[in-house]
Amino acid sequence: MPMRKVMKCNEAAAWAAKLAKPKVVAAFPITPSTLVPEKISEFIADGEMDAEFIKVESEHSAISACVGASAAGVRAFTATASQGLALMHEVLFIAAGMRLPIVIAIGNRSLSAPINIWNDWQDSISERDTGWMQFYAENNQEALDLILIAFKVAENERVLLPAMVGFDAFILTHTVEPVEIPDQEVVDEFLGEYVPKHAYLDPAKPITQGALGFPAHYMEVRYTVWEAMENARQVIEEVFDEFEKKFGRRYYMIEEYKTDDAEIILLTMGSLAGTLKDFVDKKREEGVKIGAAKMTVYRPFPIEEFRALAKKAKVLAILEKDISFGISGAVFADAGRVLVNEKEKPILLDFIIGLGGRDVTFENLEEVVEISKKALVGEKVEEVNWIGLRKEIL
Amino acid sequence: MELPADVKKRLTLPAEEHFYAGHTACQGCGAALGLRYVLKVYGNKTIFTIPACCSTIIAGPWPYSAFNAPLFHTAFETTGAVIGGIEAALKAKGYKVKGEDGIMVVGWAGDGGTADIGLQALSGFLERGHDGLYIMYDNEAYMNTGIQRSSSTPYGAWTTNTPGGKKHFLERKPKKKVIDIVIAHKPAYAATASVAYPEDFMRKLKKAKTIKGPSFIQLFAPCPTGWRAPTDKTIELARLAVQTAYFPLFEYENGKYKINMPSPSKEPKSLEDFIKLQGRFKYMTKEDIQVLQEWVLSEWEELKKKAEIFG
Repeated sequence: MPMRKVMKCNEAAAWAAKLAKPKVVAAFPITPSTLVPEKISEFIADGEMDAEFIKVESEHSAISACVGASAAGVRAFTATASQGLALMHEVLFIAAGMRLPIVIAIGNRSLSAPINIWNDWQDSISERDTGWMQFYAENNQEALDLILIAFKVAENERVLLPAMVGFDAFILTHTVEPVEIPDQEVVDEFLGEYVPKHAYLDPAKPITQGALGFPAHYMEVRYTVWEAMENARQVIEEVFDEFEKKFGRRYYMIEEYKTDDAEIILLTMGSLAGTLKDFVDKKREEGVKIGAAKMTVYRPFPIEEFRALAKKAKVLAILEKDISFGISGAVFADAGRVLVNEKEKPILLDFIIGLGGRDVTFENLEEVVEISKKALVGEKVEEVNWIGLRKEIL
Repeated sequence: MELPADVKKRLTLPAEEHFYAGHTACQGCGAALGLRYVLKVYGNKTIFTIPACCSTIIAGPWPYSAFNAPLFHTAFETTGAVIGGIEAALKAKGYKVKGEDGIMVVGWAGDGGTADIGLQALSGFLERGHDGLYIMYDNEAYMNTGIQRSSSTPYGAWTTNTPGGKKHFLERKPKKKVIDIVIAHKPAYAATASVAYPEDFMRKLKKAKTIKGPSFIQLFAPCPTGWRAPTDKTIELARLAVQTAYFPLFEYENGKYKINMPSPSKEPKSLEDFIKLQGRFKYMTKEDIQVLQEWVLSEWEELKKKAEIFG
């Protein structure tokens, strides 16, 4: 029987790793993710988990060691955040290019400067072009589930791409919630053992991995990563189905909440989705036709699901905890690509919110709705809006 | 391949080849010789990791490979970490690492990839005690990017970013003693070696395979292209480097230093013999040569003292 325990999201991520049975874990401490490898160390120390744990001297080496381990043919896992993920940057490309299905748990945290340890998504969003799949959890249960799902999708032969699972710093990482821990046998059935046919570094079958690719070949290799990411859409749906059958919890690329008759839809990722649902309930009581949507999968971008959602709204407001300087938030820019050639599309607005751990309050959300309402009646509003800025200190 | 009987008598190198002809090294490349010896000793029971360096190219572009052994290409500064990950994976899979019939996990990186950008990962590899071998092939500059100075470049050398010029802008720092940094970690085994002395090198490779824990070999590998030297002088240069005590051969094991023959038993040869064969030193003044010569002798005296005290 599945066991229910009250735990922090970091612990839930460690539990997911324990259940997934990676053979190699390599990690380096960083706030707010430190507890993930810490908990894994405890599991190993207590004989509850059997993995080689490499206590590396940097995140760059953490991902490099995972790359080495995965290339040698075993399941590998790490956890990091913020500067740590940024330090991994170049090796993330290598992991994807070599088709190594590593999974990273990310305690989503802002990037310096100024130094700040609190939540936003700038870390993983900034890695959107590395060829890694990206999942975002709303709560601790989702973090555990999505790590298992991420391994399953990543190791699928139609995909073979690494994946990161993000959960908000402190809001989730350090917050306790009840979490259902699935049975090991069921997880074993679900995941199986990782037996790669393409990456194994075995002297019995010598291969070269990652050789120099001339201009005559490089583009084709990159194209196969593109194809794999395209294939991932279908595989993710299949794995969501299988996960529901095995564990009883259903996931969607984009999960909608009271969107059917909504004029304004607020879309976000991560823990903010919970706040939005409460806020939508409140506004519905006031008679506002509003809905919410949570994007669980950011890479591959859920293009069809996003278009279907957009069809329902007159104003689609994207609330995102990241900024791509010089254009907009990253999700908004992606959404533009998705909707640009659609005949019917809503007014698309971007709201930069909650950077560096700034609380997102109902007051902030009211401001989002006010701007959206103005757009709804044809008033000109800014496309990119920074919400909750303290103008008095600017 | 069977060799004629009279050749067999003279050769003590294993006849088998796992580093094939058709690789893309420059003429006279010391690194290519080194790779050949490593694969002769370990056979294909080796997993190689190569970061960005000349050997990335030498190994051959896709879909070619000169290696009859698994080979993993990685980012410049990651060798130490990647071989740690591979070793952990092999252990987790229950594979035998090292020993007579075990797998040898080898990192093969240049001096820039080791002494500079890869130093942190190397330190981690040594400190954590991974059961593998890290070989730094030392050609004393960033050769693959086109001859830029590394911290392993000697005093007085010309490189493309120490070009001499009107202001006599040459390398002004002594060669970094990477092996001393390695030994500070008290590794299982550390040694210097030279492509001019393959039997010494191969003995050290064999030893590294029998010793549990991290090993490190700094292999002196002349680069005629970068040193502006004739391509048929590689062995002579590598030999002179040892005979002048510019690059003495020694081993470190269990806290003990041992200077290996053919390092000089009496007075080292004059450094000028080594210098005059190389265009990279042609801008050096007499005073410059004196500075380098004094550095060589003082380092040599220090090494001899270490061998005496910790012998």
